[in-house]
Amino acid sequence: MTQGDHPVGDTQWPLWEVFTQSAPGKPHEHAGSVHAPDAELALQNARDVYTRRGEAVSLWVVPADAITASSPSDAGPFFEPGNDKPYRHPQFYKVPSGVKVF
Amino acid sequence: MSKNNPEATLSPEGAERLAAFEAHVGDGGYVEPKDWMPERYRKQLIRMMSQHAHSEVVGMLPEGNWITRAPSLRRKMVLLAKVQDEAGHGLYIYCGTETLGVDREELVEALLAGKAKYSSIFNYPTLTWADIGAIGWLVDGAAIVNQTMLAKASYGPYARAMIRICKEENFHKRQGYEIMATLSKGTPAQKAMAQDALDRWWWPSLMMFGPSDTNSPNSAELIKWGVKKKTNDELRQRFVDLTVPQAEAIGLTIPDPNLEYDEETKHWNFGEIDWDEFWTVVKGNGPCNKERLEARRSAHHDGAWVRAAAEAYAAKRNGHNRATAA
Amino acid sequence: MDANAALVDFLLGLGDDRLVLGHRLSEWCGHAPILEEDIALTNIALDLIGQANLFLSLAGDLEGKGRDADALAYFRIDREFRNHPLVELPKGDFAFTIMRQFLFDAFGYHLLQALGESGHEELRGIAGKSVKETAYHLRHSAEWVVRLGDGTDESHGRAQRALGEAWRWTGALFVPTPAEAALDESGVAPNLAGLEFVWRASVDEVMLNSTLELPEADPPAGKGYRRGDHTEHLGTLLAEMQSLARAHPGATW
Repeated sequence: MTQGDHPVGDTQWPLWEVFTQSAPGKPHEHAGSVHAPDAELALQNARDVYTRRGEAVSLWVVPADAITASSPSDAGPFFEPGNDKPYRHPQFYKVPSGVKVF
Repeated sequence: MSKNNPEATLSPEGAERLAAFEAHVGDGGYVEPKDWMPERYRKQLIRMMSQHAHSEVVGMLPEGNWITRAPSLRRKMVLLAKVQDEAGHGLYIYCGTETLGVDREELVEALLAGKAKYSSIFNYPTLTWADIGAIGWLVDGAAIVNQTMLAKASYGPYARAMIRICKEENFHKRQGYEIMATLSKGTPAQKAMAQDALDRWWWPSLMMFGPSDTNSPNSAELIKWGVKKKTNDELRQRFVDLTVPQAEAIGLTIPDPNLEYDEETKHWNFGEIDWDEFWTVVKGNGPCNKERLEARRSAHHDGAWVRAAAEAYAAKRNGHNRATAA
Repeated sequence: MDANAALVDFLLGLGDDRLVLGHRLSEWCGHAPILEEDIALTNIALDLIGQANLFLSLAGDLEGKGRDADALAYFRIDREFRNHPLVELPKGDFAFTIMRQFLFDAFGYHLLQALGESGHEELRGIAGKSVKETAYHLRHSAEWVVRLGDGTDESHGRAQRALGEAWRWTGALFVPTPAEAALDESGVAPNLAGLEFVWRASVDEVMLNSTLELPEADPPAGKGYRRGDHTEHLGTLLAEMQSLARAHPGATW
C-alpha cells in the first residue's frame, strides 16, 4: 500500500544524537545528529559524518528520544546559583598561607 | 485571528512575550529549540533551513556528474571529498531543522513533491570539467559570504551548523579556484574551457543572493529577528568585490561589460542582473529543474526497500514489530 | 618473468582492483537510498581510490618507464588493466553493490593483513596504511549484508539474487597469476590458498547471520575468470573514466 509515491511507514529512520570526544581525557561534547535504523549503523554514520577530519577519538550515539532535557522554565529553580550557599565554592574555605592546595 | 498575521491580535501577555523575544534577539541573544518563539519565526526558520539543506543535497548532482570523468586521481579524490561534504552539510542542516519539531521525512517529501525550494544555482548543467572549478570558486564562494553571516544567526542549531560548515567550505572554494587557475595556465583549449565556464556561471552566482531587497519580502523580517544580518544586495556586493580581483589574478574576464571600480565607494559597480532569467529558473523552468528533482525522486523511490529492510531488521532485534502493517 | 616485472604486475592488480571498484561506488553519489549512505559509499570510494593511487604510484616507480599513477590510470587500455572481473561489474541495485563490496572487502582485508608481513618494505607500508580503512569497509558491507538478508522478504530476495550473481566471480580471487605465484615463493605476496580459507570463514559467518544461502559450495575457479580477464563492462567504464584525460593528452589538471 502506498501514499502517493511512498510506501506507508517509509521513514528516514530514527534520530540519534552524537557526542564526540576530541582527545583522551576530554569530555564528550554534542556534535549533532544522524539518522539510523539501529545502534551499529548510528555509530558508523556518526563516524562518517562527524569524524572525517580526525575530530574525534571516541563517539557516543544516543537515540534522540532517550534524552531528557531541562525546560527553559526550569531554569530558575534548577540552575540559579543561589549566592546564599557560599560553602559550595572553594573560596569559602581558608587555607593557611604557604600551603599549596593542588 | 487572521491567518497571515497570527500576532495581529495578541493578548497583553502575548504582546509582552513577543516584545521580550524581539529584544532578546535584537541584543544578539540566541534562541534554542525549547525556548518560546513566535510561530512565524519557527516557520520562517523551517523554510530557510530546509531550503538550505535541500540545496546541499541537490547540489551533489551537478558536481557528482563529473566524478566518473575527473581527469586525474587527485581531482577525482578531491571531488569525492567535496561532494561527501555537501551531503554532510545537508545532513547537519536537516538535523538542525528537525529541532523545530519537523521530521526529515516531511522535509524530503516536500522537496520531492516540488513544494519546497532549493537554491536555483543547481538547476544549471555542468557541461565541462571547468564547470566544476567554477562551482567551487563562485558558487561555494557565494555560499561562504552568505554562511559567514548565518554563523551568527539567532537560532542556535542553525548557527552551530553554519560554523561547522564554514570550516569545511573554505576547502571547497580553494579547490575550485585552483582548478580554474590550473586551467588558465594550461593549454589554449583548457583556458578556453575555463573562460567559457566563467561566462556561464558568473550571473547565476550573483543571482544566488536573491532578489534585490526592495523585492525580497522575507528579508526585513529575518533581519529583525537576527536570522539574517545583512541584506541581499550587501552580500552580493561583498561577493563581487572579493571575486573580481581573483578572476584578474588568473587571467580570466568577468562577463560584464559594465563592471567598473568605483574609487569613491571602493566597490566594483556591476551591470544589471537578468531578473527574467532569475524568476524563470526559480519558478521551475530552468535548464535542469526537472532532471534534478527526477533524480532525487528516483533515488528516494528506488531506495525505499533498503530503508524498510534496515528498519525491519532493527524491529526483529528489538523483539517487537515496529513496521506498519500494509 | 623477472622479479621486478612480477612485482609491478602484482601492484597493478592491487591498484586496478581499487580504482575500478572505487569508480563503481562513486556512481552512487547523489543516488543512494538515504543521505547517510551517500556519505558512507562516497567515503569508501574515496578510500579505495586513495589506496589505488598508492599502489599504482609504486608500480610506476618500479616499472621505471616514467609512468606515474595518472598515466597508468588514464592511458592504459582495458586489455592492460589487471583488476579482477568482479570489481568491474556494473553497480546494479543496492543489494548487488553491497554484496559485491562485501565479498571484495573480506578478500581485501585478509590480503592487506597478510601483506603487512610482506618481504617488501614499501608494500608493507601501503598495506599498513590501508588495512584499517578496509577493516571499516568490511564492517560496513558485512552489517548491510546481514540487514538485507534478514530484513524484509524483498531485501532477502534481492540479496540472494545478488549473491547468486557475484559468487561465480569470486573463484578468480584465489587463482594466482604467474606473478603472484612467483611472489608467493619469494615472500612478497601472500599464499592465495591460505587467504581463501580465511576469506571463506568470514563469508560463512556473515551468510549465517544474514539467513542467506551460498549458491554452491565452492565458487568456480575456471580459466575464464582470472585476474586480468575482463568482461565487456570494463571497456565502457574506462571509456567514460578516461575520456576527458585522453581528450587533452599531456595536459595538467
